[in-house]
Amino acid sequence: MTGEQIIFLVVAFVTLFAGLMVVTARNLVHAALWLVAALFGVAVTYALLHANFLAVVQVVVYIGAIAILFIFAVMLTRKDMRDQGPQMNKNWWLGAALAVLTFGGLYLMLQGWSGMSRTAAVYPSGFDAVAELGNELVSPAGYVLPFEVASVLLVAALVGAVYVAFNRK
Amino acid sequence: MSFWNDPLKVAADWLLGIFTGWGMPVPAANILIGFLGVLILISILMVLDIGLVWVERKVVARFQDRIGPNRLGPFGLIQPFADIIKLMIKEDTTPGGADKVVYNIAPMLSMMSVLILWAVVPLAPTILGVDLNIGVLYIIAAGAIGTLSIIMGGWSSNNKYALIGAFRQVAVMISFEIPMLATLLIPTILAGSMGTAAIIERQDVWYVLLSPLGALIFLVAAIAELGRAPFDLAEGESELVSGYNIEYSGMKFGMFYAGELLHAFTFGGFWAILFFGGYRFLGLEQVSPFLAIAVILFKAFIGYWLIMWVRYTLLRIRIDHMLAFNWKFLTPLAFTLIIVTALMHALLSGTPAWLYLAGMFLSNILVAWSALEIARSYSRREREKVDGKKAVEVGH
Repeated sequence: MTGEQIIFLVVAFVTLFAGLMVVTARNLVHAALWLVAALFGVAVTYALLHANFLAVVQVVVYIGAIAILFIFAVMLTRKDMRDQGPQMNKNWWLGAALAVLTFGGLYLMLQGWSGMSRTAAVYPSGFDAVAELGNELVSPAGYVLPFEVASVLLVAALVGAVYVAFNRK
Repeated sequence: MSFWNDPLKVAADWLLGIFTGWGMPVPAANILIGFLGVLILISILMVLDIGLVWVERKVVARFQDRIGPNRLGPFGLIQPFADIIKLMIKEDTTPGGADKVVYNIAPMLSMMSVLILWAVVPLAPTILGVDLNIGVLYIIAAGAIGTLSIIMGGWSSNNKYALIGAFRQVAVMISFEIPMLATLLIPTILAGSMGTAAIIERQDVWYVLLSPLGALIFLVAAIAELGRAPFDLAEGESELVSGYNIEYSGMKFGMFYAGELLHAFTFGGFWAILFFGGYRFLGLEQVSPFLAIAVILFKAFIGYWLIMWVRYTLLRIRIDHMLAFNWKFLTPLAFTLIIVTALMHALLSGTPAWLYLAGMFLSNILVAWSALEIARSYSRREREKVDGKKAVEVGH
Protein backbone atom coordinates (compact mmCIF):
# COMPACT_ATOMS: atom_id res chain seq x y z
CA MET A 1 0.00 0.00 0.00
CA THR A 2 1.46 3.34 -1.02
CA GLY A 3 1.32 6.51 1.03
CA GLU A 4 -1.19 8.00 -1.37
CA GLN A 5 -3.59 5.11 -0.83
CA ILE A 6 -3.33 5.44 2.93
CA ILE A 7 -4.10 9.16 2.67
CA PHE A 8 -7.02 8.37 0.37
CA LEU A 9 -8.46 5.81 2.81
CA VAL A 10 -8.17 8.22 5.74
CA VAL A 11 -9.73 11.08 3.78
CA ALA A 12 -12.51 8.88 2.42
CA PHE A 13 -13.33 7.64 5.92
CA VAL A 14 -13.39 11.18 7.31
CA THR A 15 -15.57 12.37 4.42
CA LEU A 16 -18.07 9.54 4.88
CA PHE A 17 -18.15 10.02 8.63
CA ALA A 18 -18.76 13.75 8.19
CA GLY A 19 -21.49 13.00 5.67
CA LEU A 20 -23.15 10.68 8.17
CA MET A 21 -22.93 13.34 10.87
CA VAL A 22 -24.57 15.89 8.53
CA VAL A 23 -27.79 13.86 8.51
CA THR A 24 -27.67 12.68 12.13
CA ALA A 25 -26.52 15.80 14.01
CA ARG A 26 -29.39 17.31 15.99
CA ASN A 27 -28.00 20.82 16.01
CA LEU A 28 -28.48 22.37 12.57
CA VAL A 29 -25.35 24.54 12.77
CA HIS A 30 -23.33 21.46 13.69
CA ALA A 31 -24.83 19.69 10.68
CA ALA A 32 -23.73 22.61 8.47
CA LEU A 33 -20.21 22.49 9.92
CA TRP A 34 -20.03 18.75 9.32
CA LEU A 35 -21.11 19.48 5.75
CA VAL A 36 -18.12 21.80 5.47
CA ALA A 37 -15.89 18.96 6.67
CA ALA A 38 -17.39 16.58 4.11
CA LEU A 39 -16.94 19.09 1.29
CA PHE A 40 -13.36 19.68 2.38
CA GLY A 41 -12.77 15.92 2.24
CA VAL A 42 -14.01 15.91 -1.36
CA ALA A 43 -11.59 18.76 -2.13
CA VAL A 44 -8.71 16.71 -0.71
CA THR A 45 -9.79 13.78 -2.89
CA TYR A 46 -9.61 16.04 -5.95
CA ALA A 47 -6.13 17.15 -4.90
CA LEU A 48 -5.06 13.51 -4.58
CA LEU A 49 -6.18 13.02 -8.19
CA HIS A 50 -3.90 15.95 -9.23
CA ALA A 51 -6.99 18.02 -10.06
CA ASN A 52 -5.72 21.15 -8.26
CA PHE A 53 -8.11 23.49 -9.99
CA LEU A 54 -11.18 21.47 -9.07
CA ALA A 55 -9.94 21.11 -5.50
CA VAL A 56 -9.57 24.86 -5.04
CA VAL A 57 -12.85 25.61 -6.82
CA GLN A 58 -14.53 23.11 -4.50
CA VAL A 59 -13.26 25.06 -1.50
CA VAL A 60 -14.08 28.48 -2.98
CA VAL A 61 -17.56 27.66 -4.22
CA TYR A 62 -18.84 25.05 -1.80
CA ILE A 63 -17.19 26.12 1.45
CA GLY A 64 -16.65 29.79 0.72
CA ALA A 65 -20.09 30.47 -0.70
CA ILE A 66 -22.65 27.70 -0.35
CA ALA A 67 -21.78 26.39 3.12
CA ILE A 68 -21.48 29.93 4.51
CA LEU A 69 -24.91 30.78 3.08
CA PHE A 70 -26.31 27.59 4.64
CA ILE A 71 -24.97 28.59 8.03
CA PHE A 72 -26.33 32.09 7.59
CA ALA A 73 -29.76 30.84 6.64
CA VAL A 74 -29.83 28.35 9.52
CA MET A 75 -28.83 31.03 12.02
CA LEU A 76 -31.40 33.51 10.77
CA THR A 77 -34.42 31.25 10.46
CA ARG A 78 -34.71 29.33 13.72
CA LYS A 79 -34.33 30.49 17.25
CA ASP A 80 -33.99 27.06 18.78
CA MET A 81 -31.73 25.19 16.41
CA ARG A 82 -32.43 21.79 17.96
CA ASP A 83 -34.69 19.26 16.32
CA GLN A 84 -36.78 17.51 18.96
CA GLY A 85 -38.75 15.00 16.90
CA PRO A 86 -37.66 11.49 16.01
CA GLN A 87 -34.96 11.32 13.37
CA MET A 88 -36.37 8.32 11.51
CA ASN A 89 -39.81 7.33 10.33
CA LYS A 90 -41.15 3.79 10.03
CA ASN A 91 -39.65 3.25 6.58
CA TRP A 92 -36.09 3.30 7.88
CA TRP A 93 -35.51 -0.41 7.12
CA LEU A 94 -36.50 0.15 3.46
CA GLY A 95 -33.96 2.95 3.14
CA ALA A 96 -31.28 0.86 4.82
CA ALA A 97 -32.02 -2.10 2.54
CA LEU A 98 -31.84 0.13 -0.54
CA ALA A 99 -28.51 1.58 0.62
CA VAL A 100 -27.05 -1.90 1.25
CA LEU A 101 -28.33 -3.14 -2.13
CA THR A 102 -26.85 -0.13 -3.95
CA PHE A 103 -23.52 -0.59 -2.18
CA GLY A 104 -23.48 -4.33 -2.96
CA GLY A 105 -24.39 -3.74 -6.60
CA LEU A 106 -21.70 -1.09 -7.04
CA TYR A 107 -19.16 -3.32 -5.30
CA LEU A 108 -19.92 -6.26 -7.61
CA MET A 109 -19.88 -4.02 -10.69
CA LEU A 110 -16.60 -2.32 -9.84
CA GLN A 111 -14.88 -5.62 -8.94
CA GLY A 112 -14.02 -6.27 -12.57
CA TRP A 113 -13.10 -2.65 -13.40
CA SER A 114 -9.41 -2.13 -14.08
CA GLY A 115 -9.53 1.52 -12.96
CA MET A 116 -9.94 0.39 -9.36
CA SER A 117 -6.30 -0.51 -8.90
CA ARG A 118 -4.79 2.31 -10.98
CA THR A 119 -3.12 5.32 -9.41
CA ALA A 120 -3.51 8.85 -10.77
CA ALA A 121 -1.28 9.49 -13.78
CA VAL A 122 1.55 11.99 -13.30
CA TYR A 123 1.43 14.94 -15.70
CA PRO A 124 4.34 15.23 -18.13
CA SER A 125 6.54 18.24 -17.34
CA GLY A 126 5.34 21.49 -18.88
CA PHE A 127 1.75 20.26 -19.01
CA ASP A 128 -0.58 22.95 -17.70
CA ALA A 129 -3.85 21.31 -16.72
CA VAL A 130 -5.59 24.64 -16.05
CA ALA A 131 -4.66 25.99 -19.49
CA GLU A 132 -5.94 22.77 -21.08
CA LEU A 133 -9.20 23.07 -19.18
CA GLY A 134 -9.59 26.70 -20.25
CA ASN A 135 -8.93 25.88 -23.90
CA GLU A 136 -11.40 23.01 -23.82
CA LEU A 137 -14.10 25.23 -22.33
CA VAL A 138 -13.92 27.82 -25.11
CA SER A 139 -12.90 25.79 -28.15
CA PRO A 140 -15.70 24.92 -30.63
CA ALA A 141 -14.43 21.34 -30.78
CA GLY A 142 -14.62 21.13 -26.98
CA TYR A 143 -17.30 22.22 -24.59
CA VAL A 144 -18.09 25.76 -25.72
CA LEU A 145 -21.82 25.05 -26.22
CA PRO A 146 -22.52 23.52 -22.78
CA PHE A 147 -20.32 26.22 -21.23
CA GLU A 148 -22.30 29.03 -22.87
CA VAL A 149 -25.65 27.39 -22.11
CA ALA A 150 -24.64 27.10 -18.45
CA SER A 151 -23.63 30.79 -18.43
CA VAL A 152 -27.01 31.79 -19.90
CA LEU A 153 -28.74 29.68 -17.26
CA LEU A 154 -26.76 31.38 -14.49
CA VAL A 155 -27.52 34.84 -15.87
CA ALA A 156 -31.21 33.88 -16.05
CA ALA A 157 -31.09 32.78 -12.40
CA LEU A 158 -29.38 36.05 -11.45
CA VAL A 159 -31.97 38.15 -13.32
CA GLY A 160 -34.74 36.10 -11.72
CA ALA A 161 -33.33 36.67 -8.24
CA VAL A 162 -33.06 40.42 -8.87
CA TYR A 163 -36.64 40.47 -10.21
CA VAL A 164 -37.99 38.65 -7.14
CA ALA A 165 -36.09 40.89 -4.73
CA PHE A 166 -36.80 44.11 -6.63
CA ASN A 167 -38.77 46.61 -4.57
CA ARG A 168 -41.18 48.33 -6.97
CA LYS A 169 -42.11 51.73 -5.64
CA MET B 1 25.75 25.03 -6.46
CA SER B 2 26.53 26.59 -3.13
CA PHE B 3 24.44 27.43 -0.09
CA TRP B 4 24.36 31.12 -1.02
CA ASN B 5 22.83 30.46 -4.45
CA ASP B 6 20.16 27.92 -3.58
CA PRO B 7 19.93 27.56 0.21
CA LEU B 8 16.75 25.52 0.22
CA LYS B 9 17.98 22.78 -2.08
CA VAL B 10 21.40 22.55 -0.43
CA ALA B 11 19.83 22.26 3.01
CA ALA B 12 17.36 19.65 1.77
CA ASP B 13 20.12 17.58 0.15
CA TRP B 14 22.22 17.82 3.32
CA LEU B 15 19.32 16.66 5.49
CA LEU B 16 18.48 13.88 3.03
CA GLY B 17 22.07 12.65 3.30
CA ILE B 18 21.85 12.60 7.10
CA PHE B 19 18.46 10.91 7.26
CA THR B 20 19.29 8.22 4.70
CA GLY B 21 22.56 7.71 6.60
CA TRP B 22 20.41 6.78 9.60
CA GLY B 23 18.79 4.08 7.49
CA MET B 24 15.60 5.96 6.68
CA PRO B 25 14.00 5.18 3.28
CA VAL B 26 14.19 8.08 0.80
CA PRO B 27 10.40 8.82 0.51
CA ALA B 28 10.03 8.92 4.31
CA ALA B 29 13.06 11.23 4.55
CA ASN B 30 11.55 13.51 1.91
CA ILE B 31 8.26 13.72 3.81
CA LEU B 32 10.15 14.50 7.02
CA ILE B 33 12.15 17.24 5.26
CA GLY B 34 8.92 18.70 3.88
CA PHE B 35 7.45 18.80 7.39
CA LEU B 36 10.64 20.42 8.73
CA GLY B 37 10.46 23.06 6.00
CA VAL B 38 6.86 23.89 6.92
CA LEU B 39 7.79 24.02 10.60
CA ILE B 40 10.68 26.39 9.98
CA LEU B 41 8.60 28.68 7.73
CA ILE B 42 5.78 28.84 10.29
CA SER B 43 8.23 29.50 13.13
CA ILE B 44 9.82 32.36 11.22
CA LEU B 45 6.37 33.77 10.46
CA MET B 46 5.33 33.59 14.11
CA VAL B 47 8.51 35.40 15.18
CA LEU B 48 7.82 37.98 12.47
CA ASP B 49 4.30 38.24 13.88
CA ILE B 50 5.72 39.23 17.27
CA GLY B 51 7.63 41.97 15.48
CA LEU B 52 4.44 43.05 13.71
CA VAL B 53 2.72 43.65 17.05
CA TRP B 54 5.47 46.14 17.88
CA VAL B 55 5.35 47.74 14.42
CA GLU B 56 1.59 48.10 14.54
CA ARG B 57 1.58 49.65 17.99
CA LYS B 58 4.43 52.00 17.17
CA VAL B 59 2.90 53.12 13.87
CA VAL B 60 -0.60 53.65 15.27
CA ALA B 61 0.94 55.72 18.03
CA ARG B 62 2.67 57.95 15.49
CA PHE B 63 -0.53 58.37 13.47
CA GLN B 64 -2.37 59.34 16.64
CA ASP B 65 0.38 61.73 17.77
CA ARG B 66 1.63 59.52 20.60
CA ILE B 67 4.96 57.77 21.21
CA GLY B 68 3.70 54.23 21.71
CA PRO B 69 5.53 51.52 23.66
CA ASN B 70 8.76 53.05 25.02
CA ARG B 71 9.48 51.62 28.48
CA LEU B 72 10.68 48.08 27.86
CA GLY B 73 13.96 47.89 26.00
CA PRO B 74 15.16 50.27 23.30
CA PHE B 75 12.15 51.80 21.47
CA GLY B 76 9.86 49.51 23.47
CA LEU B 77 11.10 46.49 21.51
CA ILE B 78 10.51 44.08 24.41
CA GLN B 79 6.90 45.19 24.79
CA PRO B 80 5.41 42.52 22.47
CA PHE B 81 7.11 39.77 24.52
CA ALA B 82 5.52 41.18 27.65
CA ASP B 83 2.18 41.21 25.80
CA ILE B 84 2.62 37.55 24.88
CA ILE B 85 3.50 36.53 28.44
CA LYS B 86 0.40 38.37 29.61
CA LEU B 87 -1.77 36.56 27.03
CA MET B 88 -0.26 33.20 27.96
CA ILE B 89 -0.81 33.43 31.71
CA LYS B 90 -4.26 35.00 31.44
CA GLU B 91 -7.16 32.86 32.60
CA ASP B 92 -8.62 30.91 29.71
CA THR B 93 -12.35 31.45 29.99
CA THR B 94 -15.15 29.76 28.12
CA PRO B 95 -18.53 31.50 28.32
CA GLY B 96 -21.45 29.55 29.72
CA GLY B 97 -23.58 27.98 27.01
CA ALA B 98 -20.76 28.18 24.51
CA ASP B 99 -20.32 25.40 22.01
CA LYS B 100 -16.94 24.21 23.32
CA VAL B 101 -15.55 22.32 20.33
CA VAL B 102 -16.51 24.93 17.75
CA TYR B 103 -15.40 27.70 20.13
CA ASN B 104 -11.93 26.18 20.43
CA ILE B 105 -11.49 25.32 16.76
CA ALA B 106 -12.32 28.84 15.52
CA PRO B 107 -9.08 30.63 16.58
CA MET B 108 -6.99 27.79 15.19
CA LEU B 109 -8.78 27.97 11.84
CA SER B 110 -8.33 31.75 11.81
CA MET B 111 -4.56 31.47 12.24
CA MET B 112 -4.39 28.55 9.82
CA SER B 113 -6.19 30.42 7.06
CA VAL B 114 -3.40 33.02 7.18
CA LEU B 115 -0.48 30.61 7.51
CA ILE B 116 -1.52 28.43 4.57
CA LEU B 117 -1.36 31.50 2.33
CA TRP B 118 2.43 31.43 2.69
CA ALA B 119 2.57 28.11 0.82
CA VAL B 120 2.26 30.04 -2.45
CA VAL B 121 4.38 33.07 -1.56
CA PRO B 122 7.59 33.00 -3.63
CA LEU B 123 10.27 34.51 -1.37
CA ALA B 124 13.00 34.18 -4.00
CA PRO B 125 13.31 32.48 -7.40
CA THR B 126 14.32 29.22 -5.70
CA ILE B 127 12.54 29.63 -2.36
CA LEU B 128 8.90 28.77 -2.82
CA GLY B 129 6.64 26.46 -0.85
CA VAL B 130 4.78 25.01 -3.80
CA ASP B 131 4.47 26.30 -7.34
CA LEU B 132 0.70 25.88 -7.69
CA ASN B 133 -0.58 26.68 -11.18
CA ILE B 134 -3.73 28.05 -9.52
CA GLY B 135 -1.98 30.30 -7.00
CA VAL B 136 -4.37 33.25 -7.15
CA LEU B 137 -7.47 31.08 -6.68
CA TYR B 138 -5.76 29.51 -3.68
CA ILE B 139 -5.69 32.96 -2.03
CA ILE B 140 -9.50 33.14 -2.31
CA ALA B 141 -9.88 29.58 -1.03
CA ALA B 142 -7.80 30.41 2.06
CA GLY B 143 -10.00 33.47 2.58
CA ALA B 144 -13.04 31.17 2.56
CA ILE B 145 -11.58 29.27 5.52
CA GLY B 146 -10.98 32.57 7.32
CA THR B 147 -14.65 33.50 6.80
CA LEU B 148 -15.66 30.16 8.24
CA SER B 149 -13.50 30.68 11.34
CA ILE B 150 -15.15 34.03 12.05
CA ILE B 151 -18.68 32.69 11.73
CA MET B 152 -17.75 29.73 13.96
CA GLY B 153 -16.22 31.99 16.62
CA GLY B 154 -19.15 34.39 16.54
CA TRP B 155 -21.82 31.74 16.75
CA SER B 156 -20.23 29.45 19.33
CA SER B 157 -19.57 32.27 21.85
CA ASN B 158 -23.27 32.38 22.76
CA ASN B 159 -23.18 36.17 22.77
CA LYS B 160 -25.36 38.34 20.60
CA TYR B 161 -22.69 40.98 20.06
CA ALA B 162 -20.33 38.29 18.85
CA LEU B 163 -23.00 36.92 16.52
CA ILE B 164 -23.86 40.34 15.09
CA GLY B 165 -20.17 41.07 14.62
CA ALA B 166 -19.68 37.76 12.82
CA PHE B 167 -22.67 38.45 10.57
CA ARG B 168 -21.31 41.85 9.62
CA GLN B 169 -17.81 40.58 9.05
CA VAL B 170 -18.98 37.69 6.90
CA ALA B 171 -21.23 40.00 4.89
CA VAL B 172 -18.18 42.18 4.21
CA MET B 173 -15.93 39.25 3.37
CA ILE B 174 -18.22 37.39 1.00
CA SER B 175 -19.17 40.55 -0.87
CA PHE B 176 -15.64 41.94 -1.23
CA GLU B 177 -14.42 38.55 -2.35
CA ILE B 178 -15.99 39.28 -5.73
CA PRO B 179 -14.05 42.44 -6.72
CA MET B 180 -10.96 40.79 -5.25
CA LEU B 181 -11.38 37.70 -7.42
CA ALA B 182 -12.00 39.96 -10.41
CA THR B 183 -8.82 41.99 -9.83
CA LEU B 184 -6.81 38.81 -9.22
CA LEU B 185 -7.70 37.88 -12.79
CA ILE B 186 -5.94 40.98 -14.14
CA PRO B 187 -2.37 39.81 -13.34
CA THR B 188 -3.54 36.42 -14.59
CA ILE B 189 -4.49 37.89 -17.95
CA LEU B 190 -1.28 39.95 -18.16
CA ALA B 191 1.03 37.08 -17.17
CA GLY B 192 -0.91 34.28 -18.84
CA SER B 193 -0.71 32.17 -15.70
CA MET B 194 -2.41 31.89 -12.33
CA GLY B 195 0.78 30.77 -10.55
CA THR B 196 2.37 33.35 -8.27
CA ALA B 197 5.89 32.36 -9.36
CA ALA B 198 5.02 32.76 -13.06
CA ILE B 199 3.32 36.11 -12.40
CA ILE B 200 6.55 37.43 -10.83
CA GLU B 201 8.79 35.98 -13.53
CA ARG B 202 6.80 37.62 -16.33
CA GLN B 203 6.60 41.01 -14.60
CA ASP B 204 9.28 42.82 -16.58
CA VAL B 205 7.16 45.94 -16.17
CA TRP B 206 5.42 46.24 -12.81
CA TYR B 207 1.76 45.45 -13.32
CA VAL B 208 0.83 48.50 -11.31
CA LEU B 209 1.91 50.51 -14.38
CA LEU B 210 -0.16 48.32 -16.69
CA SER B 211 -3.17 48.28 -14.39
CA PRO B 212 -3.09 51.02 -11.73
CA LEU B 213 -6.85 50.76 -11.27
CA GLY B 214 -6.59 46.99 -10.72
CA ALA B 215 -3.96 47.52 -8.03
CA LEU B 216 -6.16 50.08 -6.31
CA ILE B 217 -9.28 47.87 -6.36
CA PHE B 218 -7.22 44.96 -5.02
CA LEU B 219 -6.00 47.10 -2.13
CA VAL B 220 -9.53 48.25 -1.26
CA ALA B 221 -10.88 44.70 -1.45
CA ALA B 222 -7.94 43.42 0.63
CA ILE B 223 -8.58 46.01 3.36
CA ALA B 224 -12.25 44.96 3.44
CA GLU B 225 -11.28 41.29 3.50
CA LEU B 226 -9.01 42.01 6.46
CA GLY B 227 -11.84 43.76 8.28
CA ARG B 228 -9.74 46.84 8.95
CA ALA B 229 -10.92 50.43 9.03
CA PRO B 230 -12.79 51.88 7.18
CA PHE B 231 -14.40 48.44 6.88
CA ASP B 232 -14.06 47.35 10.52
CA LEU B 233 -17.77 47.24 11.30
CA ALA B 234 -17.33 43.79 12.78
CA GLU B 235 -15.41 45.34 15.65
CA GLY B 236 -17.42 48.55 16.01
CA GLU B 237 -16.30 48.97 19.63
CA SER B 238 -18.95 51.60 20.31
CA GLU B 239 -21.72 49.28 19.14
CA LEU B 240 -20.47 45.72 19.46
CA VAL B 241 -17.64 46.03 22.00
CA SER B 242 -15.26 43.94 19.91
CA GLY B 243 -17.36 41.86 17.55
CA TYR B 244 -16.86 38.18 16.92
CA ASN B 245 -13.90 37.77 19.30
CA ILE B 246 -15.54 39.46 22.30
CA GLU B 247 -15.67 36.28 24.44
CA TYR B 248 -12.16 35.09 23.72
CA SER B 249 -9.44 35.61 26.27
CA GLY B 250 -5.78 34.76 26.64
CA MET B 251 -3.97 33.07 23.79
CA LYS B 252 -7.20 32.28 21.95
CA PHE B 253 -7.77 36.00 21.53
CA GLY B 254 -4.05 36.21 20.76
CA MET B 255 -4.53 33.83 17.85
CA PHE B 256 -7.23 36.04 16.34
CA TYR B 257 -5.15 39.16 16.92
CA ALA B 258 -1.89 37.71 15.61
CA GLY B 259 -3.75 36.18 12.68
CA GLU B 260 -5.20 39.56 11.80
CA LEU B 261 -1.81 41.30 11.88
CA LEU B 262 -0.12 38.57 9.87
CA HIS B 263 -3.03 38.61 7.43
CA ALA B 264 -2.54 42.33 6.82
CA PHE B 265 1.19 41.79 6.26
CA THR B 266 0.46 38.84 3.97
CA PHE B 267 -1.88 40.91 1.84
CA GLY B 268 0.81 43.59 1.66
CA GLY B 269 3.01 40.80 0.32
CA PHE B 270 0.42 39.67 -2.21
CA TRP B 271 -0.04 43.25 -3.37
CA ALA B 272 3.70 43.37 -3.95
CA ILE B 273 3.70 40.01 -5.73
CA LEU B 274 0.78 40.73 -8.03
CA PHE B 275 1.43 44.38 -8.90
CA PHE B 276 4.93 45.40 -7.78
CA GLY B 277 7.16 42.66 -9.14
CA GLY B 278 7.45 40.56 -5.98
CA TYR B 279 11.09 39.77 -5.25
CA ARG B 280 12.32 41.50 -8.43
CA PHE B 281 14.06 44.84 -8.10
CA LEU B 282 16.71 46.06 -10.57
CA GLY B 283 18.12 42.55 -10.96
CA LEU B 284 18.96 42.24 -7.25
CA GLU B 285 17.18 38.86 -7.15
CA GLN B 286 19.83 37.44 -9.52
CA VAL B 287 22.65 38.34 -7.09
CA SER B 288 21.51 36.29 -4.13
CA PRO B 289 18.27 34.69 -2.95
CA PHE B 290 18.76 36.39 0.41
CA LEU B 291 18.64 39.80 -1.29
CA ALA B 292 15.45 38.67 -3.05
CA ILE B 293 13.88 37.81 0.31
CA ALA B 294 14.92 41.22 1.64
CA VAL B 295 13.33 42.90 -1.40
CA ILE B 296 9.99 41.09 -1.07
CA LEU B 297 9.85 41.66 2.69
CA PHE B 298 10.58 45.34 2.14
CA LYS B 299 7.79 45.61 -0.44
CA ALA B 300 5.41 43.67 1.81
CA PHE B 301 6.19 46.07 4.65
CA ILE B 302 5.42 49.03 2.40
CA GLY B 303 2.06 47.44 1.53
CA TYR B 304 1.43 46.72 5.22
CA TRP B 305 2.32 50.28 6.12
CA LEU B 306 -0.09 51.59 3.49
CA ILE B 307 -2.88 49.41 4.92
CA MET B 308 -2.10 50.79 8.39
CA TRP B 309 -2.05 54.33 7.03
CA VAL B 310 -5.55 53.87 5.59
CA ARG B 311 -6.72 52.18 8.78
CA TYR B 312 -5.66 54.92 11.14
CA THR B 313 -6.66 57.80 8.87
CA LEU B 314 -10.19 56.97 7.74
CA LEU B 315 -13.33 56.64 9.80
CA ARG B 316 -15.57 53.62 9.88
CA ILE B 317 -18.35 53.65 7.30
CA ARG B 318 -21.88 52.35 7.77
CA ILE B 319 -22.72 48.83 6.63
CA ASP B 320 -25.30 49.88 4.03
CA HIS B 321 -22.87 52.39 2.56
CA MET B 322 -20.19 49.75 2.46
CA LEU B 323 -22.38 47.16 0.75
CA ALA B 324 -23.70 49.74 -1.72
CA PHE B 325 -20.13 50.83 -2.46
CA ASN B 326 -19.16 47.24 -3.13
CA TRP B 327 -22.12 46.03 -5.15
CA LYS B 328 -23.03 49.21 -7.04
CA PHE B 329 -19.58 50.65 -7.66
CA LEU B 330 -16.61 48.37 -7.03
CA THR B 331 -17.96 45.12 -8.49
CA PRO B 332 -19.20 46.61 -11.81
CA LEU B 333 -15.97 48.60 -12.05
CA ALA B 334 -13.84 45.49 -11.49
CA PHE B 335 -15.78 43.52 -14.10
CA THR B 336 -15.52 46.36 -16.62
CA LEU B 337 -11.82 46.54 -15.93
CA ILE B 338 -11.34 42.81 -16.62
CA ILE B 339 -13.20 43.10 -19.94
CA VAL B 340 -11.20 46.17 -20.97
CA THR B 341 -7.90 44.61 -19.87
CA ALA B 342 -8.60 41.37 -21.74
CA LEU B 343 -9.59 43.28 -24.90
CA MET B 344 -6.57 45.61 -24.76
CA HIS B 345 -4.28 42.67 -24.07
CA ALA B 346 -5.60 40.83 -27.12
CA LEU B 347 -5.40 43.94 -29.33
CA LEU B 348 -1.94 45.10 -28.24
CA SER B 349 -0.18 41.78 -27.65
CA GLY B 350 1.93 42.01 -30.84
CA THR B 351 2.88 45.67 -30.52
CA PRO B 352 6.11 47.19 -29.12
CA ALA B 353 6.43 47.38 -25.35
CA TRP B 354 5.99 51.15 -25.02
CA LEU B 355 2.74 51.09 -27.02
CA TYR B 356 1.44 48.17 -24.94
CA LEU B 357 2.31 50.00 -21.72
CA ALA B 358 0.75 53.28 -22.88
CA GLY B 359 -2.41 51.57 -24.16
CA MET B 360 -2.92 49.61 -20.96
CA PHE B 361 -2.24 52.60 -18.73
CA LEU B 362 -4.51 54.95 -20.67
CA SER B 363 -7.35 52.44 -20.87
CA ASN B 364 -7.18 52.05 -17.07
CA ILE B 365 -7.24 55.80 -16.56
CA LEU B 366 -10.18 56.06 -18.95
CA VAL B 367 -12.16 53.37 -17.10
CA ALA B 368 -11.43 55.03 -13.74
CA TRP B 369 -12.37 58.48 -15.02
CA SER B 370 -15.65 57.34 -16.59
CA ALA B 371 -16.57 55.38 -13.43
CA LEU B 372 -15.99 58.50 -11.34
CA GLU B 373 -18.02 60.63 -13.79
CA ILE B 374 -20.95 58.18 -13.66
CA ALA B 375 -20.82 58.12 -9.86
CA ARG B 376 -20.64 61.91 -9.73
CA SER B 377 -23.59 62.47 -12.06
CA TYR B 378 -25.61 59.92 -10.06
CA SER B 379 -24.86 61.64 -6.78
CA ARG B 380 -25.69 65.02 -8.33
CA ARG B 381 -29.10 63.71 -9.39
CA GLU B 382 -29.71 62.29 -5.92
CA ARG B 383 -28.74 65.58 -4.34
CA GLU B 384 -31.02 67.53 -6.68
CA LYS B 385 -33.87 65.21 -5.72
CA VAL B 386 -33.25 65.87 -2.02
CA ASP B 387 -32.77 69.62 -2.58
CA GLY B 388 -35.97 69.75 -4.66
CA LYS B 389 -37.90 68.09 -1.85
CA LYS B 390 -36.49 70.55 0.63
CA ALA B 391 -37.44 73.48 -1.62
CA VAL B 392 -41.00 72.16 -1.82
CA GLU B 393 -41.16 71.77 1.96
CA VAL B 394 -39.88 75.30 2.48
CA GLY B 395 -42.43 76.58 -0.05
CA HIS B 396 -45.28 75.11 1.96
